[in-house]
Amino acid sequence: MASTKMKIKKSKSGGYEVMVLAKHPMETGLRKDKKTGNKIPEHFIENMEFSVNGEVVAQANLGTGVSKNPLIGVGIPNAKSGDTVTVSWVDNKGESDSAEKVVK
Amino acid sequence: MKRRIFLKGSLAAGTLAVAAGAGMLTPKSVLAAAWPKAAFESETEADALNAFFGTSDAEQSDQVSIKAPLQAENGAVVPIKVMTSLTGVEGIAICAIKNPRPYTTSLRVSAGGGGLYSTRIKMGQTSPVHCYVKAGGKLYMASQEIKVTVGGCGG
Repeated sequence: MASTKMKIKKSKSGGYEVMVLAKHPMETGLRKDKKTGNKIPEHFIENMEFSVNGEVVAQANLGTGVSKNPLIGVGIPNAKSGDTVTVSWVDNKGESDSAEKVVK
Repeated sequence: MKRRIFLKGSLAAGTLAVAAGAGMLTPKSVLAAAWPKAAFESETEADALNAFFGTSDAEQSDQVSIKAPLQAENGAVVPIKVMTSLTGVEGIAICAIKNPRPYTTSLRVSAGGGGLYSTRIKMGQTSPVHCYVKAGGKLYMASQEIKVTVGGCGG
């Protein structure tokens, strides 16, 4: 179910920018199931880690206020062509996924 | 004499190894921090900032810019991009002031990271969005009002 897509593009301010699209419901815990009337429990990505060549450069903290299927962009100014960028996330239920790509 | 020199040498090497080990470990231990639960569960902006940055004293700055729509048609998906030309960025946070829990999302940045963060957030109603950047130990902010026609916080 889980799928994570990653795209690396050149940033205008120099360096590169990583865009990550993670497929995730990001439930707030406030929404109700229309059929049963029960609240749908919270289910959201907590942490998303970005690393270049195995070294963590940034960690995004997400919450229920982030949209469904989050699209997260982060700058990696020091990355060079040929570097490996890895992204991994963990949600509040312990599910996780990751993606890897080499900078062109 | 020779033995002394050898001892000195090995001691120095030992300290170096320890220093290198510590240096290697620090950035990891900072970044591997757990999800900032207290910040996300705060109902006021100041509480959240104190929980995440350790301070809520922010200075308006031109060097923090926000790219976001003036009017969002759908509150469930509001694209926000925060950019900064400041150096030594340590963290970026986004708060939608009138959401039940204003603290929406944040980014911790280590030495190799940059001052750019984009995401899509949910907004319950028209509200100013405050973006905070911590750089060089100081907190800077910029804000923009975003009009929301259809709220997107569930219900």
